[in-house]
Amino acid sequence: MTSQYDIAVIGGGNAALCAAMTAAEKGAKVIILETAPKAYRGGNSRHTRNFRCMHSGPLGPLIEDYSEDEYFEDLLKVTGGKTDEKLARLAIRTSEECLPWMEEHGVRFQPSLSGTLSLARTNAFFMGGGKSLVNAYYRTADKLGVKVLYEANVTHLELDGDRITRVDYTHEGKSGQLTPKAVIVASGGFQADTDWLTRAWGPPAKNFLIRGTPYNRGVVLADLLDQGVNSVGDPTQCHAVAIDGRAPKFDGGIVTRLDCVPFSIVVNKDAERFYDEGEDVWPKRYAIWGRLVANQPDQVGYVIIDAKSLDLFMPSVFPPIKADTLEELAEKMELPADRLRETVETFNAACGDTSNFHPTELDGVKTTGINLPKTNWARPIDTPPFYGYSLRTGVTFTYLGFKVDENAQCSTDTGPIRNLWAAGETMAGSILGQGYLAGFGMTIGTVFGRIAGREAANYAN
Amino acid sequence: MQTDLLQEARRQAEICNACRYCEGYCSVFPALHQERFFSDANLTQLANLCHNCRGCYYACQYTAPHEFDLNLPKALAEVRQDSWESFAWPAPLARSFQKSGVMIAIATILGFAVLFLAFRALGSAGGEGFYAVLSHSAMVAIFLPAFLFPLASIAVSLRRYWKETGGTSVTLEQIVGAFGSAAKMKNLAGGHGDGCNFEDEDRFSQSRRLAHQAVMYGFLLCFASTSAGTILHYVFDMPAPYSFWSLPKLLGVPGGILMVLGTVELARLKLKADRSLGAPSAWGGEMGFILLLFLVALSGLALYALGSTAAMPALLAIHLGSVLSFFLLTPYTKMAHGFYRLAALVRDEQRKAAG
Repeated sequence: MTSQYDIAVIGGGNAALCAAMTAAEKGAKVIILETAPKAYRGGNSRHTRNFRCMHSGPLGPLIEDYSEDEYFEDLLKVTGGKTDEKLARLAIRTSEECLPWMEEHGVRFQPSLSGTLSLARTNAFFMGGGKSLVNAYYRTADKLGVKVLYEANVTHLELDGDRITRVDYTHEGKSGQLTPKAVIVASGGFQADTDWLTRAWGPPAKNFLIRGTPYNRGVVLADLLDQGVNSVGDPTQCHAVAIDGRAPKFDGGIVTRLDCVPFSIVVNKDAERFYDEGEDVWPKRYAIWGRLVANQPDQVGYVIIDAKSLDLFMPSVFPPIKADTLEELAEKMELPADRLRETVETFNAACGDTSNFHPTELDGVKTTGINLPKTNWARPIDTPPFYGYSLRTGVTFTYLGFKVDENAQCSTDTGPIRNLWAAGETMAGSILGQGYLAGFGMTIGTVFGRIAGREAANYAN
Repeated sequence: MQTDLLQEARRQAEICNACRYCEGYCSVFPALHQERFFSDANLTQLANLCHNCRGCYYACQYTAPHEFDLNLPKALAEVRQDSWESFAWPAPLARSFQKSGVMIAIATILGFAVLFLAFRALGSAGGEGFYAVLSHSAMVAIFLPAFLFPLASIAVSLRRYWKETGGTSVTLEQIVGAFGSAAKMKNLAGGHGDGCNFEDEDRFSQSRRLAHQAVMYGFLLCFASTSAGTILHYVFDMPAPYSFWSLPKLLGVPGGILMVLGTVELARLKLKADRSLGAPSAWGGEMGFILLLFLVALSGLALYALGSTAAMPALLAIHLGSVLSFFLLTPYTKMAHGFYRLAALVRDEQRKAAG
């Protein structure tokens, strides 16, 4: 099967599928090499839930308007300016035409989910979530004649001058080679390779949980960077949030999020508070807490709330640890009981008038007279039963990736690689230098997947 | 009810409640997302709201081999099955028939036997047409109790269901809402209108929805046909047989054809579908019930086609025998699902009205 395919797409998530479908529609013979088995196909896309989309006037499930400038402003806020404006605006502008394209290719949308009303204007939610999107795209790709090989591990792309000449892979215990005319890499970051993550971040990374797929090990990324393909993004950094400490090592996905921090005090394993829990609303702070927890001993935090706050946040996937006294809670959570009582009493004594408490906005209900204040939602932890959660750092994605141009084309220091394109998380660092904007990963994947598919097909034809 | 089945459904519902990606598929998820903790009563109501369209299973990022091992359609199917068995009156009958196609077959054969015996023992008393084989009064004597007893039994079961799930007094608006949902089988439309995921993994299709509606409307037409016959007999003194251009035939023949086509398609889909996404132990009982409905419809059509031939008495025994067992088994077979489903839809209308 050496020259049977015009285009090899490496990866099997949203970007890969968008690229494969686009190329197949232009008449190219396409093969997808997906490293996961069928049940786990789709990379991190299977955990996604929406698509951030520019629009003027109502579009599909989206209400009102979301202009290019407002979208770009939102991006600047989260990236602190670390973004390539040209590529970012390209992604934003193209997102509007993507939504109907997605529907034509089988994706179905639903109204904004309960608990996410703030996104009803900006983010189009997939009916059933990302896995149903992935399922629909595989169905459509199949109809277009795209061949899919599951459990196909691409081990090496041979870069000869300005061309990729060969794709090496293993499948069902056997080595295989392809010599397609063009290659599209859409195989994500490297966050599932714990050793690499530990080399990049340092020893604490061993205790990080990976929120998404265990198959994003960065094999192709490392292979191509070794051969001098240009990269972008801080190689030491990953996007991480604070999640339920009982989450599985991999693939815990959306349900492992915990929204209760603003109504809590958070302590480390010595039962000491370490940061202002009430600094801002949770969606603006969960990423900070990923790093804060990573800097604590054993990379773990403990959220303590009382009965007053139990119904104020989205339900957790695992029930909280519950106890009638702080001592009992400390024992169940393996915290020093005396210390925890002292911390809670100090905090409680610093709480003042709570009559203006308002769970969904910055209410200014703050502590006074302690070195580490809580600046909003500061109510004493005094109403049993008490509840606790452990917090760990959950990695969403890594920033290191391929540097691409507006045609999604990869390059070396000597110029463009004529037949290599990249799409999705593996090149998202070109646009997202730091931070993250909900639903923007799917925008990047869809926009650049389609561009890569188009360019590769034009080249192959 | 069985606590292990409820506990497993509770475990899964808690994971679903933290995810919410499936909110738009059907009525189950908005109801589920309104709770924070799931009582047995909540789970019973959710289980009876679930139409087993399986959209949520194929969309789910947490199905096996993921360690969360979600299979909500199955967990709810098992609770649902168990709830029907525990609400049934008398309950042991439901335990015998809900899960066993063989028991349904035996009951059907017994139905034939009763009719043959009745033909022989009671005879015609000088009637014409079908009444030459069995008199009208003998038919009424057999079928009136066979019709009323199941209704009484179902009434007891629904009362139990209503009490368990905390239902309040019903308004016309709620009934209209629930019947509207059943009339369009909205919960098998997938939220987006593309249908459900039943016979071919994650491919959406209308097949099951259409087949179900063919059976449902076919059954209602047949029921209307029988009712029309009864009215013609008693009110207008026009006893059977009726010509094709009569109300009983104009309702009954299309109804019978719809039921035959619908049951054949339902059985075909059921053979293709993944059994592990329903209550596997009830598969035989469900299939037996589909075949019984098929037999009721086919024998009715055959009786119409061959009613003036020598085969008539045998066909009449088969038709009336299968109808008899169908009636008597209604509270204890899959047929009961229609009543529970409507009750659950009315209950859900109440939930929505309460906000």
